[in-house]
Amino acid sequence: MAQDLTQELAQRVRAAYAAARPLRIVGGASKTWLGRAVAGEVLEVAGHRGIVRYEPTELTLTARAGTPLAELEATLAEGGQCLPFEPPHHGGAATLGGTVACNLAGPARPYLGACRDFVLGVCIVNGRGEVLRFGGEVMKNVAGYDLSRLMAGAQGTLGVLLEVSMKVLPRPAAELTLALEMAAGEAIARFNAWAGRPLPITAACHDGQRAFVRLAGAESAVRAARERIGGEVLAEGKAFWRSVREHTHPFFAAGGGLWRLSLPPAAPLAPYPRQFIDWGGAQRWVYSERALWEAAAAAGGHATRWRAGTGEVFQPPPPALLALHRRLKQAFDPAGILNPGRLYAGL
Amino acid sequence: MIAPATHASPDARRSELVRGLLAILPADSVLHEPEDLRPYECDGLSAYRHLPLAVALPATVEQVQAVLRLCHRLGVPVVARGAGTGLSGGALPHGEGLLLSLAKMKSILAIDPVARTAHVEPGVRNLAISEAARPYGLYYAPDPSSQIACTIGGNVAENAGGVHCLKYGLTVHNVLKLEVVTVEGERLTLGGDALDAPGYDLLALMTGSEGLLAVVVEVTVRLLPLPERAQVVLAAFDDVAHAAAAVGRVIAAGIVPAGLEMMDNPAIRAAEAYVGAGYPVDAAAILLCELDGSNEEVSEQIMQVRELLLANGATEVRTARDEAERQLFWKGRKAAFPAVGRLAPDYYCMDGTIPRRRLPEVLARIGELSREFGLPVANVFHAGDGNLHPLILYDANRPGELDKTEAFGRRILELCVEVGGTITGEHGVGVEKLAGMCTQFTAAELAQMHAVKAAFDPGGLLNPGKAVPTLHRCAEFGAMHVHGGALRFPDLPRF
Repeated sequence: MAQDLTQELAQRVRAAYAAARPLRIVGGASKTWLGRAVAGEVLEVAGHRGIVRYEPTELTLTARAGTPLAELEATLAEGGQCLPFEPPHHGGAATLGGTVACNLAGPARPYLGACRDFVLGVCIVNGRGEVLRFGGEVMKNVAGYDLSRLMAGAQGTLGVLLEVSMKVLPRPAAELTLALEMAAGEAIARFNAWAGRPLPITAACHDGQRAFVRLAGAESAVRAARERIGGEVLAEGKAFWRSVREHTHPFFAAGGGLWRLSLPPAAPLAPYPRQFIDWGGAQRWVYSERALWEAAAAAGGHATRWRAGTGEVFQPPPPALLALHRRLKQAFDPAGILNPGRLYAGL
Repeated sequence: MIAPATHASPDARRSELVRGLLAILPADSVLHEPEDLRPYECDGLSAYRHLPLAVALPATVEQVQAVLRLCHRLGVPVVARGAGTGLSGGALPHGEGLLLSLAKMKSILAIDPVARTAHVEPGVRNLAISEAARPYGLYYAPDPSSQIACTIGGNVAENAGGVHCLKYGLTVHNVLKLEVVTVEGERLTLGGDALDAPGYDLLALMTGSEGLLAVVVEVTVRLLPLPERAQVVLAAFDDVAHAAAAVGRVIAAGIVPAGLEMMDNPAIRAAEAYVGAGYPVDAAAILLCELDGSNEEVSEQIMQVRELLLANGATEVRTARDEAERQLFWKGRKAAFPAVGRLAPDYYCMDGTIPRRRLPEVLARIGELSREFGLPVANVFHAGDGNLHPLILYDANRPGELDKTEAFGRRILELCVEVGGTITGEHGVGVEKLAGMCTQFTAAELAQMHAVKAAFDPGGLLNPGKAVPTLHRCAEFGAMHVHGGALRFPDLPRF
């Protein structure tokens, strides 16, 4: 049910600003665990929902932040289109706002782009309670700083997302998943080699036993690429990639501390006993009971404590960069009331 | 916002700056004689010119850091410059400041064919990256029309586009990592060699920030595999509305062309007279639709596109018979600016973006404005992503005509904002579109941008006076432009 709560939400933030009272921003509460704990009065955004504009021939969609992701995807599917970055839902209640705030992306990420790559514009309430618009509904827009993409991954600490305009793309005409017998190290090498060739690959992972490659695009292109890559066709390709995206794949059901490593795609395979390689080598899921901050940095990337005890969730940036983060936070949220501490202490 | 550190005369300030620079850089990397400064007085927007106090040409990151520390200490404004091909005056020198040229930093530091990245210095030309990557079957996708000359550092500063943006994105989509130097001379790494980095997306924020936040000293871009094949279809229409609608039909059919360009009749005639591309000169509009990918895919989509165009009002559809003809079709489009330039002593290139469906109405209104101002216009349109380049023809030697042209340009940009678009798609705000920023953004939005600027550069020394206008500046513009009967900045005093 569409509902515009812009004024109410802005009013709530203004009141919180006046009283210097922290707010904990909640959309569908599907990714609450992905961040440090926030102490604050709950600011519900889920009621602020509805698709504002969907123009299939412009490849753009604008919706209020509380709009359920499932509703958006259903609407796009009717138009033969999709959010190409395959946002993980992590539960049925996921909203557009939470999706953008967390900037998560599914298996297509290395081939089609991240959530932030598809953000065209936002409407936010900053920490003063001001309603501001940045970017717009057009593909090319360099007027002023790109403050809309800055919101992607900021986890609400710079502004409450009210509305987001996204670039969308047509769904591929044909899609096919291949399973190949190969070891993880070889898979990393092959994924990188394939990505350097003009092949219609839109996902590549290794689950510890086998490699999986998704081909998508024009019928003829998928057919030709299948010959070149080989392997067996996986009957339940769509369900498989959904399980990778949503962590319902059996790999993620094991107990223990789960870490996400974001690495250069060709980083050598590290000898973790249990790991799942996604994003063509650039995202590796690892079970580890010890912190992997240093290991990730040494491999040229960074780690996220996905589900592994307590402590920092995101890899702390170097001090000079963290200081810049704090000044930016100050610029948007001078009283420090928006999801304080969600990303790092003092943000 | 800028208060010079001392009240000394310009000559004294210049001497102090030059003395400091000579302690950092070799003598031939510091320019301060007027005849040496002259080549730097403007960028691609030559209507605006200033001589800087001095020009510094550092060759290393350490030198850039030392130069910025010096300017920070002296309170001297710094304007960074790549190749100076920008069209909005972003690299226009500051009369009281230093022009920091990155032209000497032009090494390709590494091409990694496995991870598909190029690590380069900021002064490397856009096209040089693709040339270096070609032996590995890779290329750098964003291709602004100035790609033979423009540098990657400037591309990052402007978030440069090109004709392939719809499918391959802008600079922001193709940069992985930046090394930047802050106004205090501190070196920071933004982004990384992985696909994402922890914390705020400072990589996106830096891209397109027009040199106001930091100076880019190293860039890592991602490289893409060269497509197996590219093919182009040329379609003629006797009505621009039909051409615009046909573009929508192609996209609705699930096809994402690599390039989709439209030209109106004056642009077609000018291009044809200039390069003889074989364009139908009586057409109201032509579309160039390029498809790339595997052999099979391109063949399949070419057939689909031809049918869609014919079914949607094209009076003629031609597929390039060979690579030579494909190049010829593009040559006309790529030569459109200089071709139109032959029709009048001067031309002024606008850069608005609009929702594509509003194109017929926008072109009609530009036509009306053209008659009102008595200045002819030719239109070139990146139809895939809605980026419109009206070229206003004028003669700068006629008294008052430049002012009239700029007023006409502002009206076009207001029109772009009015239909839901933006004042600049790819050329940047620079000094040129400051007035348009006041039209597009509210006072609170501009204030937010200034707060972001202050988080990086509290003293306002990096490229001052560009990109984001002060509220006072808007009040001055606002006195000329009243929108919807209401002043845009009601709280500001007006004189």
